[in-house]
Amino acid sequence: MSGRQVLDLQAIADAIVAEAQPGEQIAAHLGRSNETDIRVRNQEIEHFVSAQSQSVSVTVIVDGRTGASSAGAFDETSWREVLAEARENATFGTPDEYAGLAEPDGVAVVEQKLWDDDLAAFPTDKKIEIAKELERLVLAQDSRIRIDDVNYSDGSTEEASATTLGIRSSSCSNSCYATVSVLVDDNGETQTGWAYALGDSPLVFDLPAAARKAAERATRLLGAVKPASKVTTVVLDPMVTAQFLGIIGSTLNGESVSKGRSIFADRIGQQVASPLVTLVDDPTDSRSYYARETDGDGLAARRNVLMENGVLKMFVHDAYSARRMDTKSTGNAGGCVALQLTPGTKTQEELIAGITEGVLIDSVQGLHSGVNPVSGDFSTGASGLMIRDGKTAEPVREFTIASTLQRMLLDVEAIGCDLDWLPMRATGVSLVISGVTMSGA
Amino acid sequence: MGTVSIIDLSHEFDTSVLARVLDKGRSTGAGFSEIFVEDKRSMGAGLDDGKVEAVSSSRDSGAGIRVIHGDTTGFAYTSDLTEKGLMAAAQAAAAAAATGTGGTHKVSLQPMSRQKVNDIRIAPTSVPKARKVELLTIANDTARGVDASIVQVSAGYSDSTRRILVVNSDGVFATDEQVRTIFRVTAVANGDTGMQTGYDSLGHTIGFELFDEESVEELAERAARQAVTKLRARPAPSGALPVVIKRGSGGVLFHEACGHGLEADLVARGASVYANRVGQQVASPLVTLVDDGTMSREWGAIGIDDEGHKSQRNVLIEDGILTDYMWDHIRSVQDGRRPSGNGRRQSYEHLPMVRMTNTFVLNGTDEPDDIIRATEKGVYVAKLGGGSVNTASGDFVFGMTEAYLIENGEITEPLREGNLIGNGPQVLADIDMLGNDFAMGNPGTCGKDGQGVPVGDGQPTLRVKSMTIGGTAA
Repeated sequence: MSGRQVLDLQAIADAIVAEAQPGEQIAAHLGRSNETDIRVRNQEIEHFVSAQSQSVSVTVIVDGRTGASSAGAFDETSWREVLAEARENATFGTPDEYAGLAEPDGVAVVEQKLWDDDLAAFPTDKKIEIAKELERLVLAQDSRIRIDDVNYSDGSTEEASATTLGIRSSSCSNSCYATVSVLVDDNGETQTGWAYALGDSPLVFDLPAAARKAAERATRLLGAVKPASKVTTVVLDPMVTAQFLGIIGSTLNGESVSKGRSIFADRIGQQVASPLVTLVDDPTDSRSYYARETDGDGLAARRNVLMENGVLKMFVHDAYSARRMDTKSTGNAGGCVALQLTPGTKTQEELIAGITEGVLIDSVQGLHSGVNPVSGDFSTGASGLMIRDGKTAEPVREFTIASTLQRMLLDVEAIGCDLDWLPMRATGVSLVISGVTMSGA
Repeated sequence: MGTVSIIDLSHEFDTSVLARVLDKGRSTGAGFSEIFVEDKRSMGAGLDDGKVEAVSSSRDSGAGIRVIHGDTTGFAYTSDLTEKGLMAAAQAAAAAAATGTGGTHKVSLQPMSRQKVNDIRIAPTSVPKARKVELLTIANDTARGVDASIVQVSAGYSDSTRRILVVNSDGVFATDEQVRTIFRVTAVANGDTGMQTGYDSLGHTIGFELFDEESVEELAERAARQAVTKLRARPAPSGALPVVIKRGSGGVLFHEACGHGLEADLVARGASVYANRVGQQVASPLVTLVDDGTMSREWGAIGIDDEGHKSQRNVLIEDGILTDYMWDHIRSVQDGRRPSGNGRRQSYEHLPMVRMTNTFVLNGTDEPDDIIRATEKGVYVAKLGGGSVNTASGDFVFGMTEAYLIENGEITEPLREGNLIGNGPQVLADIDMLGNDFAMGNPGTCGKDGQGVPVGDGQPTLRVKSMTIGGTAA
């Protein structure tokens, strides 16, 4: 394992697991984290949050019954109480022959860089200065811009876990980001935009790029009108594609499949998407925001090809769903965290150049309320730019786009080359989908 | 009817310690310091695929210390509730807010008289877990018995007991105990057109007596019937149509269309379409909108808010005229007015901000049947899903999880799911019929800046004369 060992947490995790009685499986997870959150307004600090927290969670499985408990403190009295509660909770479950912790499977861990010394040593006054600089840069973009909020946040976490089946690990990780959200007023109309700066440490933040992006997002929607309803071709901006892929990933979850809740159950080996679609989940790719060494069961994370040239190849599993479906865990306890589409060769501009009439979808609203992964219905609020004769035209807002997840995958017309490693569970890339219903005026 | 008393958190702290911590908070010159202590116990159990599979419990307690110095807020939290732990957090918060020189301040803490909106008859912690788990099995059996097409059922039970104590340098010293109990059922039906889901929930700010008053069987049956009905649903229309929303299912419309926009923090940032509009007509004259944290039993009920102020009933829109916004400590001080009991936070690890409690529209005079009869072609929404809003532009969406077509004044075919989209001020102006059948809706969780808090909503049956429906049918 990379990073440093967290000896005191590992010792507690080991001590909890050592309490196991015959016939009992126990998994223990300890965490300790620090957080800094700075919000700036008018070059002054609006708030400064500095905090520490800790947690312990224990799962007990006995006779096929699972119980869990957690607490916000891990002194010995607390963890003993948590263990006792988890044991008691386990007595109320229904015996399930598939219940059980993950068996070590020998798959080697691909080391990831989880800790950055520059970030750990970064002084507080410079963190404040980053937020102030981002505010100045954004305001300089356009005189119509006002600040909604500007934040700098970082955090570090030390974790350790142990199980009675011999999985043990501990790690330290830290991360940081800056975000900006702006308002732009013109002719009594207000539009919003936002952006972020990411990196292993603040030293590599590209603040000017974030400032430009936030300003561009807000200003390009000024004057937007409600479009007419029609069936059309959409170009999903990389971030929208990433949101779409996240939903597709949830339908390929072994647990959903084994419990009869996936639209893709019984479709392995079949053409479920356009031949252009090759979808991979690869948390070992260090460019992914959620790149990781192990999954929630403690097994090594690994690269899995879910769809290849449009053919459904596999579902993803944790130890439980794998046992239920008589297969092996794919290292996906916690679901897919690093989905990627194999990119095409065209930029977004080149993709748009090939479209006579359509819409570039800049952002979507209400995916949680308008998409049902069980039925496949897809309907979401959207805003963006009309595409006419190969070029972006007037901005449009207050409309919806709708189809079904099944149709959208089959209707993929092109994939861009513009991979964007977003802070999400999927990598962004421009995606062209036909046959989508746009509902407006 | 006896009520259970839960030990008040103030008994677990020495007021002289609290006063010293508040003083430490102001040691770098800040004008205001606050201690928010929380002790929360929760228990939950889930059933899926016929098995009770996730019985869990948690306990988390800690304190958040807030220090306000001019326009700067310093905040630190800790799970160490000893004097040493609280002092360390106060020091960190004070340092974070520091811009000037130190001073000492003395504060006199007098416990505030209690406002109990949460009378608990059966504390969930006193109920055997086996009894809670049994409810899951009842829900599963009932839902599966509704129709042969029901292929999957999941159910969840959870309760929480949250005790809070708020003290601040203005002399606020207040406690509250908030007990919430909730039950959810999701059913999946499978038919020729694929799978459909049905969902329903019941939850109140009360204890386990919830299940003496409400029936898990009826809840499970509603969820299952919704899924079965949708098997014959046709795609929802695409485009603008009149929309009739059933009583108690559309409060989320107001939550999104104007509720968030009436939060004083968003108004002060100029991020609301309702800024500078008090006294103006912002909605149809039919609309009177209220936010009421004192509404006993309802999901957003609180005795005090998370800044120690008593909850209250606030009229936000009266006969279509904007009367007031909702306020927290910071915004009310800046505006030189009293707070409105809307300063809430998810937990001691979070800063408070302006949040809704129970937000609802009062009755109109139309008969609900007349509203449907008066609609030649439209959509009848019997259950709304979640929603979201961009408060600056006013554009908002919400999902319809159970909806029907209205044709020639009658409810006809069920519709598949989809989002509706509208612009807040436009939709409020377009409410042209309002029923006399008010009901509160399902328990909800409102998210803002990454924090979730429990909220309630409600409304009578009403009609919006035109909204865009995000389906695929012509």
